[in-house]
Amino acid sequence: MATRTKEQAASRYQKLGLSEQDLLSMHRTMVTARLCDEAQFRLNRQGKAPFVVPVSGHEGCQIGSAWPYRKSHDVFVPYYRDMGVCLVAGMTPRDVFLGVFGKRDDPSSSGRQMPAHWGSRCLGIVTGSSPIATQIPHAAGIAYAITYRGEDAVVGCWFGDGATSEGDWHEGLNFSGIHRLPVVWYCENNMYAISVPLSKQMAVKDVAERGPAYGFEGIVVDGNDVLGCYEASRAAVERAREGRGPTLIEMKTYRFHPHTSDDDRTYRSREEVEEAKRKDPIVLFGNYLKELGLADDGELERLRSELKEQVDAEVEAAWNASDPSPEEALNHVFSQGESNEQRVGRTTGRAGSGEAPGDASILETTGSEASPAEPPSESPSESPR
Amino acid sequence: MTEKNVVQTIHDTLWDAMKDDDRVLILGEDVGARGGVFRATAGFLDEFGERRVIDTPLAESSIVGVAIGMAMHGLLPVAEIQFADFIHPAFDQLVSEAARIRYRTAGDWHCPLVVRAPYGGGVHGALYHSQSIEAFYGHVPGLKVVVPSTPYDVKGLLLAAINDPDPVMFLEHKKTYRLIKGEVPDEPYQVPIGKAEVKREGEDLSVISYGLMLHHSLEAAGRLQEEEGFSAEVVDVRTIAPLDKETILDSVRKTSKALVLYEDNRTYGAGAEISATIAEELMLDMDAPVMRVGGPDIPAMPFATPMEHFYMPDAEHVYQHMKELAKF
Repeated sequence: MATRTKEQAASRYQKLGLSEQDLLSMHRTMVTARLCDEAQFRLNRQGKAPFVVPVSGHEGCQIGSAWPYRKSHDVFVPYYRDMGVCLVAGMTPRDVFLGVFGKRDDPSSSGRQMPAHWGSRCLGIVTGSSPIATQIPHAAGIAYAITYRGEDAVVGCWFGDGATSEGDWHEGLNFSGIHRLPVVWYCENNMYAISVPLSKQMAVKDVAERGPAYGFEGIVVDGNDVLGCYEASRAAVERAREGRGPTLIEMKTYRFHPHTSDDDRTYRSREEVEEAKRKDPIVLFGNYLKELGLADDGELERLRSELKEQVDAEVEAAWNASDPSPEEALNHVFSQGESNEQRVGRTTGRAGSGEAPGDASILETTGSEASPAEPPSESPSESPR
Repeated sequence: MTEKNVVQTIHDTLWDAMKDDDRVLILGEDVGARGGVFRATAGFLDEFGERRVIDTPLAESSIVGVAIGMAMHGLLPVAEIQFADFIHPAFDQLVSEAARIRYRTAGDWHCPLVVRAPYGGGVHGALYHSQSIEAFYGHVPGLKVVVPSTPYDVKGLLLAAINDPDPVMFLEHKKTYRLIKGEVPDEPYQVPIGKAEVKREGEDLSVISYGLMLHHSLEAAGRLQEEEGFSAEVVDVRTIAPLDKETILDSVRKTSKALVLYEDNRTYGAGAEISATIAEELMLDMDAPVMRVGGPDIPAMPFATPMEHFYMPDAEHVYQHMKELAKF
């Protein structure tokens, strides 16, 4: 590394079709996710946030893998740790904290679900629940509907290593293989399902080994290498879009904080956690930016302070936002006169606090036709509100 | 108007719905080449092709889970669970997902899904081809549960279910498939979900029932009139959830006596909720305690004929209870 020239270092991102601006946007999104995480954890310890789902450590694999998707065109099926995926999809720090505080304008659920149970139809983020892996068959069904309707969207579906033990996981991947559906399966393997280590979750070394059992490729990537995740994901998304079926991508990473707002000291040592932090995806990516001459330590620190100030302002704004009214709890059990017409991304409904597109014909437009080699250059978190 | 049995009506109604709207598709085990084990989708594969008539892997959770995904992206899937007894692996998808998608997103997402399942006994189905499952799902806010008993209601409720923006469990009593015939209008129509119907008017007592038991009630009511001179009113519940309390209470208010009859295990069955509703609302109007007749609390109905008969209330059994209540 030390011996390679700036040009050699640059050839990596250039080969991926990324620009310097893309790299800076990805980095900014990763730092934003980290800062939101630190803020929510702080709020949890202060007693202001009863429940949080940490993301720290997963920023590289989430932002790298989600980056190739076309915002408001493709479909995101995240699990609860996927704050980074959702920031790429178009959620804002304000949205995150409206959820953390269970506010009326929480775009995912209007304060009905625990925080981090993401969902927004207009952003193409499919609503999720707490049971593990139930979203896997949903992703397959959405991908089937996309093909059926002759659309060119791709479904990305994210989950942890624990999910791979569930029956729904097997059933969903199997269905996707049979019908060669336009879906990419992402395992964020952080080595633990709460406390249960991989060795007690499966008898094989890699989750990716299971891909061929369903008739498609399984790939292992370093989940702390944002560009490695981007590269694998971009190729898989392209394959899916061309009708060449699903891919399983296993991104090996580590979670720096406990599973949720709990305590991880009973099942892993502090040494192990500290060792993992040496491969912090944000630090690694920052080093790469430095190598490229795109940033120096002072600039990285300044960026962090700037973003922290913005995130803190968003926390404050979300804290002061309106609560839902108690009686609202009785609404939306069944239709209140809405039609049965529904498509991902096709809505004039709530877009959260962000100015997400509410265009009723998003899927039909060609406006978001950034080729996979030219991912959205505008980071969703460049101007956190 | 054509006379049809129940399963033919299901077949023809699904056929028409698929002809009318290409958002409608069918998925389940053996629904394609086999045309369904009860032949409800016979000929569909040839007519509509395998994109719309999907022979799924043998995996109930994903039959429902995949259908939920389809429903979230513009389609109107009708999933078939081959026997209601096999739906339990999909409980999580139905209860945690389908039922809650609208609620948990405050209406941002919803789930226009139909799950068809043949249920009920009297066909030598023993422990795993006879179960009644309506109470499991009737307990879950966010799910609609319908139990049509006549060909007319089958067509109207199936079209209503397919057009409903929320998930509907469409439960078909398999013994009625070929046993029960009736006139069915050829043109499309809907029977509203959530509305019970008085199937026979009467003055002396009300029988509240659904499924195969409804037909036993009607038969017994005729005999009771003939032999004893009592006139029984028979209410067809038609929808377990949301329950049409008004029609049930109106009937009992008129007759002052209620027999609640269901085939499921008696304890915590759907009839328990109906009985409680009557008891809560009409205590001062009643001339007799609410009478509740259901299956015994054994795991399911056994295979051997004498034991199966012991489990299933039949028209004779129903007649005796009606007579007892009428004379109270």
